[in-house]
Amino acid sequence: MAKTIIEKIIQKHTQDEVKPGQIVWMELDLRTARDFGGPNVVKNYEREYDDEPVADAARTFFTFDLCTTGCLLRYADNQQICRLFARKQGLKVYDVDWGIGTHVLIEEGLAKANTTCVGTDSHMNLLGAVGCFGQGMGDVDITFAFRTGRTWFEVPETVKIKLIGQPDPSASAKDITLFLLRKLGTKVLAEKAAEFYGPAVESLSLAGRITLCSMITEMAGIIGFIPQANEAARQEIERFSGEPWLPFQADSGAIYCQEIEINVAGLTPQVALPPSPANVYDLKEVAGRPINSGFIGSCTNGRFEDLEAAARILKGRRIKEGIILRIVPATRHVYDECLQKGIIEIFRQSGAIVMNPGCGGCAEGHSGLTGRGEVQISTGNRNFPGKQGKGEIILASPEVVAASCVAGYLISPEEL
Amino acid sequence: MKIIKGRVWILIDEQGRLIEDIDTDQIYHNAYLHITDISQMGQYALGNLKGYEDFPLKVGQGDIIIAGRNFGAGSSRQQAVDCFLALKIGAIIAPSFSPIYWRNAINSGLAVLRCHHLNDLVSNHRLESGDILEVNVHSGEAFNITKKIAFSIEPMSPVQLAIYLAGNLFAYGRQMVRQG
Repeated sequence: MAKTIIEKIIQKHTQDEVKPGQIVWMELDLRTARDFGGPNVVKNYEREYDDEPVADAARTFFTFDLCTTGCLLRYADNQQICRLFARKQGLKVYDVDWGIGTHVLIEEGLAKANTTCVGTDSHMNLLGAVGCFGQGMGDVDITFAFRTGRTWFEVPETVKIKLIGQPDPSASAKDITLFLLRKLGTKVLAEKAAEFYGPAVESLSLAGRITLCSMITEMAGIIGFIPQANEAARQEIERFSGEPWLPFQADSGAIYCQEIEINVAGLTPQVALPPSPANVYDLKEVAGRPINSGFIGSCTNGRFEDLEAAARILKGRRIKEGIILRIVPATRHVYDECLQKGIIEIFRQSGAIVMNPGCGGCAEGHSGLTGRGEVQISTGNRNFPGKQGKGEIILASPEVVAASCVAGYLISPEEL
Repeated sequence: MKIIKGRVWILIDEQGRLIEDIDTDQIYHNAYLHITDISQMGQYALGNLKGYEDFPLKVGQGDIIIAGRNFGAGSSRQQAVDCFLALKIGAIIAPSFSPIYWRNAINSGLAVLRCHHLNDLVSNHRLESGDILEVNVHSGEAFNITKKIAFSIEPMSPVQLAIYLAGNLFAYGRQMVRQG
């Protein structure tokens, strides 16, 4: 029977019949836990399985990225709980010096096309950017996965989305992503997989692919795939994985629950205002709103290309007096590249603060939280009430965040 | 045969509409993610949801939560489920749940049930906070005992029911091993 991409990946990992709605037992190629969720996994594991070994130590990892600054005692405790368990079980720990776990899995060549990977990270599905079926799960699921190497999964239906036309040069991958959230909200992709087609997405860098795939979570979806890539993105994926990139393609005749065309011709920068990521407007509709701080980073926009794009705006400019701009590279690898190419120096001269790699701007334990009354413009992926402190969060691209921090209010880079 | 019976709590906004897209930071804020002891989690349930900050003080054992579409959006945190287990919530019913939340709840043995016409039931006052509701998780038959109104919900899928009846995913896994 003709299959969609998610159906093919699941079929490769199960003996059960794969069709939407069917519950299958699926083999997991990678099982991970973070310093968030990880200590809960250890506690569950020792309660349920005592000293029994994990299913496969070589494919089970911890990735610490929530509290990489070591500023909270409770996370220091939790990280040490995970390290001790890892030592006992012979598991590798990508410790606080590595960066965001999902990105490290790509850079280390662990998350590959057509594989399955789970972890205690709701943005695990950004691995769809390289054709890997990544899925965020809670600590019960992950504990079970550590011990058994498998999980039950309900095969989702797939929505086929074709983007028509080319966005305006001022629009980035984040603007396309926010525009899709504006069009799709949290209903169209709810509990479904997505396949994206069209030059606007197929021309994205790996960083841009990650931006789009990361926010499938905010669309309430399971995972998104972009089965075609441009040469540069393909080369970067292959450099990390060390093998030809051959992601599954959907069969002709594969069955989609919905096929949608979205016109992105001439798309200009977008922003998501509080209280939700789907509350999206054209930047020009809301330009001029004052902001107090900025954040550039996160699993959605923390890659080299994201930081380089911000640096292009900040080069030769100063952040407005009184505005704090925090920048967090996604990984050590990204940080190194920024350092080598003079990006960190541009940030320093602009007055921005560059923190060590990891997650950021998303939860307590991260840099970039907001105080009551503070308005922050952020490249993150969520702006729910109270999530990043008591302030308000506006989601935007790295270019728009950088420009707005120079101006002190929402502004499109070309207006600067 | 498993019947869930409890007092209803409807999560509505100031206009009386079911609150949609309630995210995990509204259910269980990230300031408490370091906690691994379930018994400590109940006090934070819905602590960041406007109008429901005192929910843990008022809720009773076995109460049933009714919420809007895409309940549990956001993070993968198990605590957003565990906080309700700590309070001994009987079930959560919503038109839909976020995919990760749905799995987490099933795996922890918290009854999560989909009901597509909840919005109508609530806006027509056929289901109100304080009503006593009875739900058959096998058949999907629901009965508002207070108002004597019957309606239907989606019955649990076979795997969900098996995990729920076993207690949680770990107990279910042991059953599977025993049964080969």
